[in-house]
Amino acid sequence: MHVDTVLFVICAIVSILCALNLVVQKHPINSALSLIGVMASLAVLYLLLGAEFIAMAQMIVYGGAVMVLFVFVIMLLNAGGEKASHKSWFAQIAGLPLLLALIGLLAFLIRGVLPPLRDVNFGSWVGGTAEAIGRVLFTEYLLPFEIISVLILIAILGAVVLARKEID
Amino acid sequence: MSFVIVSLIKIAIVFAIFMTTLAYLQWIERKVLAHIQSRTGPLRVGPHGLMQPLADVFKLLTKEDLLPPYVSKVFYLLAPFTAVCLALISISVIPFGPEIDVNGTHTYMQISDVNVGILFVLAIGAVSVYGVALAGWSSNNKYSLLGGLRSSAQMISYELPLTLAIVAPLLLANHLSFRGIVDSQAGYYLGFIPRWNVFQSPFPQIFGFIIFMIAGFAETNRLPFDLPEAENELVAGFHTEYSSMKFACFFMAEYANMVTITSVATLLFLGGWHPLFPGPYCNWFPTFVFLFAAFLFFYQAARPARKRDRITFPLFGVGALVLAGIWAVPFFQPFLVPAFWFASKVGVLLFTYIWVRGTLPRFRYDQLMHFAWTFLFPCALLNLLLTALFVAVF
Repeated sequence: MHVDTVLFVICAIVSILCALNLVVQKHPINSALSLIGVMASLAVLYLLLGAEFIAMAQMIVYGGAVMVLFVFVIMLLNAGGEKASHKSWFAQIAGLPLLLALIGLLAFLIRGVLPPLRDVNFGSWVGGTAEAIGRVLFTEYLLPFEIISVLILIAILGAVVLARKEID
Repeated sequence: MSFVIVSLIKIAIVFAIFMTTLAYLQWIERKVLAHIQSRTGPLRVGPHGLMQPLADVFKLLTKEDLLPPYVSKVFYLLAPFTAVCLALISISVIPFGPEIDVNGTHTYMQISDVNVGILFVLAIGAVSVYGVALAGWSSNNKYSLLGGLRSSAQMISYELPLTLAIVAPLLLANHLSFRGIVDSQAGYYLGFIPRWNVFQSPFPQIFGFIIFMIAGFAETNRLPFDLPEAENELVAGFHTEYSSMKFACFFMAEYANMVTITSVATLLFLGGWHPLFPGPYCNWFPTFVFLFAAFLFFYQAARPARKRDRITFPLFGVGALVLAGIWAVPFFQPFLVPAFWFASKVGVLLFTYIWVRGTLPRFRYDQLMHFAWTFLFPCALLNLLLTALFVAVF
């Protein structure tokens, strides 16, 4: 087996296990750390596909900045473990089968919407360099890019306004 | 030779040198700090305390490895491991010299040439805060928690000016790999001013370098920004509950981060392995430096301050002569001379780190945050805008 395939299998398994752990864990800090695991293994998957810039951006923005903020807030609020509520008898009996049915339905729908799958060749894609992404962002996807930047600006202004009100 | 064997050899060399540097950096720090404060520093173990790092390792290994009953065990054990692993990873993308040919084998003086090298270092830096944050949280101790919180807040704040300061030389180099960035700094203005990014024409580039260094101090939790472990308010901050090898892991991570950040500063702003002055004779400069060092040792041995200096200084002198001889062999010169220049630049920056530690007092926490957001961040932004304007116009 090729090294790429081995790495893909390892990272895919790790990301799914971390995602499951994220939902199952009772304590928020465990969930946050599992989410970091998901982010990191996704970054490796991007790297395997040849999208090295996206992989690094994933690590810097999601693995670094966003998750540090999550962990910071959890630590600051000193949030305790989640307390289990009394589950209804319906949830206890039908919960798992319904979940599996939902996942199956989603998979079926996505499979129908997506174009027929082709073989993935690791590292064959060359559009993942910083130059290529910059070019695409400023030509093909200029309008969405600008709209997102305005949206982020509005969010920043909103955060500043809310924070200021708190102080006064 | 196959790629795997060459890579393994390179990893072995880099690992050995890196570990020795980490051990002796601590000795140098103690010595320099001691001399700044009119003391002598470590002197008992070996000549001039040179065996002190070894003694420290034995001390830390043989200390009792405490596991407090009130900690959250998994994260408590995971934290030092995370810290030291992430700190040691970054060195793998740092280049120490140009492409070289050894007996027909063509290779880079670098473990791996990643074409987003600088982003890799930033990504590792972004996640390395978890070591400290987790240590603070899992210790279940007020002082540790405060240390961990301070560290996360500080690292988020100072990452912004650090990254903005990095973007300016990237704009000038038009490249994301370290090799490309360094190659863009080759050559000289007017035949004698090196084209390093510090001397690059948009004048504020030297400010970019200073901003990077200040933010680097904060990112590595060094004085004057070592608030996460401020011993007069927080006992020992995030590593209060750690002892023995787990403490040593944090200690090693701090020094490894220092080496990484100074290496990145060297590559981005100081021209990497390019020599300070032009000309073919610069290949002989290291030899000259070592000969001068040997002369100084012999001169000191002739008028010893202590009795044993009469034995130790001539030995050091002979060592310097041997080094001078090695650097004079034409076979070694193509890879040893760039390594010498790289190491000397990193060494100067590391000395600055220690010098600042010996000189400046610690900031107050609100001053630290205020400084980052209201001064350093706008400065970095201004520097970036001016550089972008310069690149766009010329």
